[in-house]
Amino acid sequence: MSLKALTFLVVGATFALYIYIAIRARARSTSEFYVAGTGVHPVLNGMATGADWMSAASFISMAGLISFKGYDASVYLMGWTGGYVLLAMLLAPYLRKYGKYTVPEFIGDRYYSKAARLVAILCLVVASLTYVIGQMKGIGVAFSRFMEVHYAVGLIAGMAIVFIYAVLGGMKGITYTQIAQYCVLIFAYTVPAIFISLHLTGNPIPQLGLGSTMANGSGYLLDKLDLICNDLGFAAYTAQKMSTLDIFLLTLSLMIGTAGLPHVITRFFTVPKVKDARSSAGWALVFIAILYTTAPAVGAMAYMNLIDTVQAGPVGVSTNNLEYSTRPDWFKKWEETGLLKYEDKNGDGRIQYYNEKNKDFAAKAEAEYGWKGNEMIKIDNDIMVLANPEIAGLPNWVIALVAAGGIAAALSTAAGLLLAISSAVSHDLLKGVFTPNIDEKTELLASRFSMAGAILVAGYLGLNPPGFAAQVVALAFGLAASSIFPALMMGIFSRRVNNTGAICGMLAGLGTTLVYIFWFKGWLFIKGTNMLPDTPDNWLWGVSPQSFGAIGALINFAVALTVSSMTKPVPDHIRAMVEDIRIPAGAGKAQSH
Amino acid sequence: MRDGMKYWKANLRLIIICLVIWFVVSYGFGILMVDKMNTIRLGGYKLGFWFAQQGSIYIFVALIFFYAKKMSKLDREHDVHED
Repeated sequence: MSLKALTFLVVGATFALYIYIAIRARARSTSEFYVAGTGVHPVLNGMATGADWMSAASFISMAGLISFKGYDASVYLMGWTGGYVLLAMLLAPYLRKYGKYTVPEFIGDRYYSKAARLVAILCLVVASLTYVIGQMKGIGVAFSRFMEVHYAVGLIAGMAIVFIYAVLGGMKGITYTQIAQYCVLIFAYTVPAIFISLHLTGNPIPQLGLGSTMANGSGYLLDKLDLICNDLGFAAYTAQKMSTLDIFLLTLSLMIGTAGLPHVITRFFTVPKVKDARSSAGWALVFIAILYTTAPAVGAMAYMNLIDTVQAGPVGVSTNNLEYSTRPDWFKKWEETGLLKYEDKNGDGRIQYYNEKNKDFAAKAEAEYGWKGNEMIKIDNDIMVLANPEIAGLPNWVIALVAAGGIAAALSTAAGLLLAISSAVSHDLLKGVFTPNIDEKTELLASRFSMAGAILVAGYLGLNPPGFAAQVVALAFGLAASSIFPALMMGIFSRRVNNTGAICGMLAGLGTTLVYIFWFKGWLFIKGTNMLPDTPDNWLWGVSPQSFGAIGALINFAVALTVSSMTKPVPDHIRAMVEDIRIPAGAGKAQSH
Repeated sequence: MRDGMKYWKANLRLIIICLVIWFVVSYGFGILMVDKMNTIRLGGYKLGFWFAQQGSIYIFVALIFFYAKKMSKLDREHDVHED
């Protein structure tokens, strides 16, 4: 069977599985349909949270960034896991005690103001929408490869499927579907990793394989990788390339963004008990960690195999460079998507991949080897995970499985985010603020329209994404970090922050972060409208737009505390409410929604 | 109410201890002191690199379970647990 047919079969089978589980769970008890997680064991709830959380960015994009950035990509690994520590200690148990279900609802009540609720809705929609753009990029990459079409066509097909999937709606709320998605996703991620680790190092556990010696006796894998990078004019794989400040701030921004993302927080509103909110965060992180500790091995080993393919031996011996006419099949297939491009600059019919920006090396390569520039003119980092099993020559069923896993990851998260956006618009904005008397039918219609609108906007921006999937998602985290997290945390840990303070804080945090991002990425992410080129020497103190969320959060805290100290104190009943959410006793049953 | 205050103080103390560890393993070992840590090796891993790409994640998981366990005990000691 051809790879294409096999992929359609595996992806189709997993879809059938999700739908089957969704229908069975619904048939068994209609009342439980909307109650994600109540009565579900914390371990299973953690697994479902893992599926909700791990998106195209984690599955498709992250290991590719690790391949090309090496140590610097640690920011994503630490940033997207460390946030759960903050979530478990600073937010989840208290928000569970409070017992309502949307983030704007909590902010509106705690800061006794409809305006605060409105601002929270704005922050939520901006952050979630940016996040969906990242998912669209990932979905576009996956679909374009397996339908063997250009990226743009793949993206449009993906948009249609996300629309159908998300409008089917309630499916997302069913914990058991997500547990199935987690299983597919983690199986698809670890199986090729085990194969490749075994092949390269002889150790079947990728986490250990990465620290092992090469099976061919050429020393430690990471040392070898450092050497290979140096030989091609790149900085060593394990060396730091970004500035320490930028690494620090980006990690921080991703961590607090994790704790501020609405679709993740919502899951902890519905666990049975306050106690469970704490341990559930731990279980979620266990399941996430399985993928996150495997990713560094996938990144390193995929890169090793890629280089091995195009540069089969010592640099300088021309026969070691892959002849373009004999390039493997996966190479041709990825060229069709437009995400991989080759240009024969020196006309020798062979492929030279090296760091042409390294002036010394480029000069030496030209003089001694006759290389006239890097000929792999485009390697989209997002293709690495999907191409990885093909590069390593794994069987077709593994390749098909990886496609199914990537699509599961992207769909589950995109659907979750679209649901968060549409519930913010229909439930919080229309019903909560503008038209409280709205009937259920109109509310549902409004939510469908906002979902369709979000997909169109995200799809359009996904055609010209402001970065790789993981980088776009990082922007979304910066936005959540600068707006939602500080408001929630101060709402629990401070009894002094009042309505005016919180509103000014959120607007200042979101505003500065958004302007800083748009300044370098283009207004509303539209290409060509940026005020300055997005390069390190233009950034303020060398802080990249992805990292600015941490500074935005600081601004938010500072403004909120200052304004609160100058305006009317918090009324007594709100103080009492804050004291009440700090203790677990008296927590009601989880709200159904 | 008094006990509620004591409970909150104890909770804050525990959070601070956990977050100090959280900070040291990730921002400390993995970022700020990464060059120093990298002089030590753990098999094929340089230690700073290991903390940044593996170790910190394991410790995060352990921290959350440690916190959850300690808090369940605190909840009972201060009689603020759920029924």
